[in-house]
Amino acid sequence: MSAADAAMAGDDLARLRAMLRIRRFEERAAELYGAGKIRGFLHLCVGEEAVAVGVMRALAPEDAVVSTYREHGHALARGLPAERIMAEMYGQAEGCCRGRGGSMHLFDVARRFYGGNAIVAGGLPIAVGLALADKLSHRSAVTACIFGDGAVAEGEFHECLNLAALWRLPVLFLCENNLYAMGTALALTESQVDLCAKARSYELPAERVDGMDPALVERAVRGAVAALREGSGPRFLELSTYRFRAHSMFDAELYRERREVEAWKLRDPITTLSALMRQGGALSAEALAGLESEVAAELDAAVAFAEAGTLEPVEDLLRDVYATEATDARG
Amino acid sequence: MPAGEAAPARTTWREAMRAALREALRGDPRVFLMGEDVGHYGGCYAVSRGLLEEFGPERVRDTPLSESAFVGAGIGAALGGMRPIVEVMTVNFSLLALDQIVNNAATLRHMSGGQLTIPLVIRMATGAGRQLAAQHSHSLEGWYAHVPGLKVLCPATLEDARGMLAPALADPNPVILFEHVGLYNVEGALAPDAGPVDILRAAVRRAGTEVTLVAYGGMVPRALAAADELAAGGIDAEVIDLRVLRPLDSGTLVASVRKTRRAVIVDEGWRSGSLSAELSARLVEEAFYDLDAPIERVCSAEVPIPYARHLEAAAIPQVATIVAAARRAVGRP
Repeated sequence: MSAADAAMAGDDLARLRAMLRIRRFEERAAELYGAGKIRGFLHLCVGEEAVAVGVMRALAPEDAVVSTYREHGHALARGLPAERIMAEMYGQAEGCCRGRGGSMHLFDVARRFYGGNAIVAGGLPIAVGLALADKLSHRSAVTACIFGDGAVAEGEFHECLNLAALWRLPVLFLCENNLYAMGTALALTESQVDLCAKARSYELPAERVDGMDPALVERAVRGAVAALREGSGPRFLELSTYRFRAHSMFDAELYRERREVEAWKLRDPITTLSALMRQGGALSAEALAGLESEVAAELDAAVAFAEAGTLEPVEDLLRDVYATEATDARG
Repeated sequence: MPAGEAAPARTTWREAMRAALREALRGDPRVFLMGEDVGHYGGCYAVSRGLLEEFGPERVRDTPLSESAFVGAGIGAALGGMRPIVEVMTVNFSLLALDQIVNNAATLRHMSGGQLTIPLVIRMATGAGRQLAAQHSHSLEGWYAHVPGLKVLCPATLEDARGMLAPALADPNPVILFEHVGLYNVEGALAPDAGPVDILRAAVRRAGTEVTLVAYGGMVPRALAAADELAAGGIDAEVIDLRVLRPLDSGTLVASVRKTRRAVIVDEGWRSGSLSAELSARLVEEAFYDLDAPIERVCSAEVPIPYARHLEAAAIPQVATIVAAARRAVGRP
C-alpha cells in the first residue's frame, strides 16, 4: 500500500468511525426516548451521517457552524462530547446548555457551534452575521450554515443568499436535501425544485453533491472552503441525502412509500463505505467489530454520565436570561 | 472651558441621536451601523445623515429591504464580537424581523446555557402623529417589553437621546431603542459635554404632589404639557418618564404614587393588553392601599391608526385627554 493509499484508507476509517458513532448515538437516543429518559421533540439524522462527517472534517477549528434542530450528528462530528449532548437531552446541569436547550438546541461556543436552531431558516441570518464579523475583523474563518430543503421556502433563505453574495461574505450555505420538509415533498411546495438554480440566481456558485458519500461531501466542502477563505464570496452546496427514520418521534410516515425508504437504505453511507473497505481489504471483520465496541463503550459512558447527572437547581431558573457583565470575548 | 461649564447649545432630538451615533462609531471600531437607507439616503428620518461620508460604507451599511436577514445578521455579528447598531425604519417594519428578535436575540443566551452573548442595539422609529396611517404609525413597544431577554429603551428627552446609546452598546444584551417620530424635531438646549445616562431607572421629570402622570417616549412631552395645564388650574401633578420599559422600574413609579395617591398612565399603545395594563397591575399589586382613586389610563383608541389628521389626533392620547383623566383622578373634573 502506498503512502497515499494508506492515508486514504486512514481517512476512510476515520469517516466510517465518525459515521458509526453518530448512527449508534441516534439509535441510543431513540431507545432512551422510548424509555422516557429523553423528552420533547427528538429529530434523528440516521441515514444523513455522511453529510455531518464530510462537512465537519473539512472545517477548521476557527470556523463557525450554524445548524438546525436535526443536529446531533453535526454536533458530534464537530467535537461536542457525546456525554454533554446526552446530559443535555436528559435535561441536566451537566448538559452542554445546562438543560436549557435539549435535543434541538445544542450549542458549544468554544467549538464555534452556534446551534441547534429550531426555526426553519432562522439560523441563516445569524450565519451571515457571523461571517460579517469575521470579515470586518479580517479573520480568515468561514461560517458553515446547514439547513434543510424546507428552508428554501422561507424568505430568510432568499434574503440571506442575496445579502451574503452582495457583501461577499464567507458563508458556505449547505442544504441537506432529504426530499421532505417534515412530511411534505419538495415538489409539493416549490415551483422550482432545482435548489442550485435558486442559489445561482443570487450569483452564488452552486453544486449538487452526493450526500450519502462522506468523501465526496468532504471534498466538495474542502474545495468550497478554500475558495471562501480567499474571499471569493459565499457558495452553495446541495447535499442529497435521506432520512431513514421518521421526522421526529411523532410521525406515522404517511407521506412516503416504504419502497422509497428501502431503496435509499441500499445506499446507506455506513454499510456502503464499510463494504467498500472490506472489499478493498482496508477493513477486517475484527476491525469493524472493534470500532463498534469502541463506539458502544463511549456511548455507554455517555449514558452513564447522563444518568449520574444532576438537575439544575430551580433557584437558577432565571439564570442566563440576561448577561450580567460586559464581555469582550467572542461568543 | 472645564467639562460641565460649557454653555448649552441649541440642538434637536435628531441631532442629539446623530451625535450619539457619531460618538459610538468614533469610539469603538467594533461598532457599525446598518439598515435600510442609513447610508446614501441619510436615514429615513435623517438621523444618520453625514455618517456614511464620515465613516465609509464598511461601517455605515445600506442593507436590502430584508429586515429578517439584516436584523439576524446583527445578532450573528454581535455573536462574532462586533457591536452592531441595526436601524429598522419603523416598529411596523420590525414585524418582518420579529422571528430574529424574539426567537433568536432574546433566547440564544438562555438556550445555550449562558454561553452566548449578544451585545446588539436595534433602533427603530415608533409612534403616530405624522399622518402615516396604519402601517407606519403604531406603538408596539409594549410587545417587545413583554419578552424576557430583551431590554427596551424609550428616550424622551434630549439628554436621553444623546446619552442612551452608549450604555445600550456597553450592555451585553440585545437592547431595543425606540425613537418616537414626534420627537425628532424637538429643539432644546443640551450641554456640549452631555454624556451617557443610566438605562436602569425611570425619572421624575416634574415633581408634584396630587397626581402622578406616567408616560414614556413621545407621550412624555404631552404629559408635561398636561401638567402645566393642570398647574394653571391649581392641580399639582408629578410626571414620571419611564425611560426603560424592560426591565421596568416600578420602584420609582410606586414611590411617586405612594406620595400622590393617584395615577394616570399615558400609553400610545392600545389599551387592551398594553404596557399601561402592566403598569396598572403593578400599582395594584404594590400600592393598592396607597391609592385614593381608581387608576386612570389614557391610551390609543382600539383602531388601526387612521390617516386623516383629525381622526389620527382622536386616536392617540392628547394633552386634553390627559388633563381630563387627571382631573377625574383628583375628583375635580
